[in-house]
Amino acid sequence: MDGEPLVRWDWIWRNWSTGRAGSIDSLLQQHVVMALLPVVLGLVVALPIGLACVRWRWLYQPTAGLMNVVYALPSLPVFMLLLPATGLGPATVIIPLSFYGVAVLIPAVVDGIASVPDHVRQSAVAMGFTPLRRLLRVELPIAVPVVLAGLRVVAVSSISLVSVGALIGQGGLGNLFTDAFKRDFPTPAVVGIVLIVALALLVDGLLLAAQRLLTPWQRARGSA
Amino acid sequence: MITFDRVTKRYPDGTVAVDDLSLEVPTGGITVFVGPSGCGKTTSLRMINRMIDPSEGRVLLDGVDVTTVDPPTLRRGIGYVIQQAGLFPHRKIVDNVATVPQLLGWDRRKARDRAMELLERVGLDTGLANRYPFQLSGGQQQRVGVARALAADPPVLLMDEPFSAVDPIVRASLQDELLRLQAELHKTIVFVTHDIDEAVKLGDRVAVLQVGGHLAQLDDPATLLARPADGFVREFLGRDRGIRRLSFVPGAGLGLRGDLTVPVSADVASARGTAEPWLAVVDPDGGPLGWAATAGLPESGTFEAVPLAPYGTFVRDRDSLRAALDAALLSPSGNAIAVDDSGRAEGVVTREVLDEALVLAAREASRVAGETRADEGPGEAGGAREAADGR
Amino acid sequence: MNWLTDFFGDPAHWSGPDGIPARLLEHLAFSAAALLLAALIALPLGLWIGHTGRGAYFIVATVNVARAIPTLGLLVLFVLLLGTTTVWPVLIPLVALAAPPILVNTYEGVRGVDPDLRDAAYGMGLRGGQVLGRVLVPVALPLILLGLRLSAVQVVATTTVAAYAGLGGLGRFIIDGLATKDYASVAGGAVLVVLFALAVQLLFTLAQRTAVSPGVSRRQRVR
Repeated sequence: MDGEPLVRWDWIWRNWSTGRAGSIDSLLQQHVVMALLPVVLGLVVALPIGLACVRWRWLYQPTAGLMNVVYALPSLPVFMLLLPATGLGPATVIIPLSFYGVAVLIPAVVDGIASVPDHVRQSAVAMGFTPLRRLLRVELPIAVPVVLAGLRVVAVSSISLVSVGALIGQGGLGNLFTDAFKRDFPTPAVVGIVLIVALALLVDGLLLAAQRLLTPWQRARGSA
Repeated sequence: MITFDRVTKRYPDGTVAVDDLSLEVPTGGITVFVGPSGCGKTTSLRMINRMIDPSEGRVLLDGVDVTTVDPPTLRRGIGYVIQQAGLFPHRKIVDNVATVPQLLGWDRRKARDRAMELLERVGLDTGLANRYPFQLSGGQQQRVGVARALAADPPVLLMDEPFSAVDPIVRASLQDELLRLQAELHKTIVFVTHDIDEAVKLGDRVAVLQVGGHLAQLDDPATLLARPADGFVREFLGRDRGIRRLSFVPGAGLGLRGDLTVPVSADVASARGTAEPWLAVVDPDGGPLGWAATAGLPESGTFEAVPLAPYGTFVRDRDSLRAALDAALLSPSGNAIAVDDSGRAEGVVTREVLDEALVLAAREASRVAGETRADEGPGEAGGAREAADGR
Repeated sequence: MNWLTDFFGDPAHWSGPDGIPARLLEHLAFSAAALLLAALIALPLGLWIGHTGRGAYFIVATVNVARAIPTLGLLVLFVLLLGTTTVWPVLIPLVALAAPPILVNTYEGVRGVDPDLRDAAYGMGLRGGQVLGRVLVPVALPLILLGLRLSAVQVVATTTVAAYAGLGGLGRFIIDGLATKDYASVAGGAVLVVLFALAVQLLFTLAQRTAVSPGVSRRQRVR
């Protein structure tokens, strides 16, 4: 590594947008899709299951236990076990990440609904809200901060985890890591790390902004 | 004795919690700090065991400035009870109570024995000793809190709104329990509350504090009720001040009539011809059963067959004039039944006797208040206002 | 499913320096070392910040960034910069990965203890260290153990990735299998890591059952 700078800027400029498959901008694009699709899928799946767990309390214990196990599954081996079914495509990465999303978001939905104060729920009932209306107009809006907190965790770790997919050639910006390793050349690794962290912080910030926007009643209290 | 010597607590943001407070808490009595929220009562209490240090002035415990004592050492010698009891959730009840003895280096066995003894003392079943706090009701937890504070037998007890988180019935029993304990133990107790009724019930002396940390008045409860120092105290004491004051007039001096009680087994014929409209019917043990109207008595038979009206009783040796008046108001006869400690009827206090006692009490109150005319103004619709307002 | 029998049925996979027992031990040793180092750093720091309230902003800032850092990238970078003559290029990223969950959960656990409890503890004359050790830690233990569990599971998972940078452990079966197109080895290694991670999860769950006071977990029934 003698004399070799940590970052070779010229390499970045040359490879940013080449129009070919491995250019940095195309990897970034691929990364965003592979990381955020599982977040959306996770939420879509977790919301009904979470609501079912609220409706039928006995469901929650076993579901939470199962989700604990799912969350503990290491990503790389799971990718490998999916290979025969999904092949060397993005689905191999997206499916397990969606499961992680579900595992984090179900408790978030349940806790969110549970965070609705009982007197608020009671007064909604007393005012004649139907159960569905109560859910949409009262419980879900109040649950938003807790669900969004879960969503932030899922989004950030998903963005970071996609890179492991590089070991099967499907890692978005993670491909820069394998590239760096094969060529014994640190610049792509640094670029990958910086872009992934920046992307994560950006998405995190956007979700935080969304939370502020969706829950104006919390702004006065200056939540984090 | 605890002395506050010109104590001020000022926070960095400029808020003054306690303003130039000087008072003495005598040894062996209950001194209550009472006032609305923000009056500095809790801050004052917490300056005694150095949970907070004063900005100016000194707090002396038996003549020693508390700020010269290492806080943990100081605190181990002062019992401390707080609102939610603050029991350690991870330790069994017995270990919670034994906390301070163990800190003081008692051996385990002795600390446990002491803990068991105290649990009994505060009226808890020792079967609860091996439970965890979450398995106890709020009232039970609060009793454990008191037992824990007493564990090392400290001469001083600080109680910060200890009973305000429990329901009124449990609160009343905890208050009675505290008074019973205090009658045995004679601790120096500083008790903080926002509830004036609790203050008047428990305090040997009551310090009323005003928002901003001023001491508005420090007196015994009877004097406080009879002669509030200013408009703030009067307002804070509330409307029923006159009635509440009767709690400090003993009922023992009330004259009894023994001829107004009849055993339930007596023949109704024995009551015929009496001029009294009501008779108190008692069971064979002397316990009151109710009032019988002499106007509607049947032709024959015993009082067993007579419909009885509701009644009220008071314990003559122990209860106040207020309790006697209350007992009278519970009966259609307007008379109160006096009972002894075991609940046997001793006699009847009639409306006339009560009237007389009330007049005497009102005069006595005026004398205490240092006034020549009646203490209360001509009770206008808006409630009792002082005739001597602005004095 | 015949690759399972291919892999686990082959006696050659059960002995020697690249056999399952040896790889399992390597995996265990690396994971344990990383977790231990992370705990040595994060536990005292989390306790201190939670207890004193000083440096809480540090937690918020660290944790968000730490969760975002891709371990594979960090691993590659350290290996490229420091070479593979020592284990540190692999251990440092693992520790960096393991420390934040322990730090946050310890901090949150201690900070979340009911202020009344803290007040009562000081009021009875416990000193700062006694308040921490006798009250705050036992009450915060469920969260502290949760942090350790999350870390342990992540470390076990990520030690697999570390095989990519030339380290031993169960990840070797996966990485080498990928390179030689030996799917039996890939799948067998994957199954082993999954089982290992689940075993760690189970172990910590059991530890929690025994270490946390029934008064805190509220598991004991009212008699």
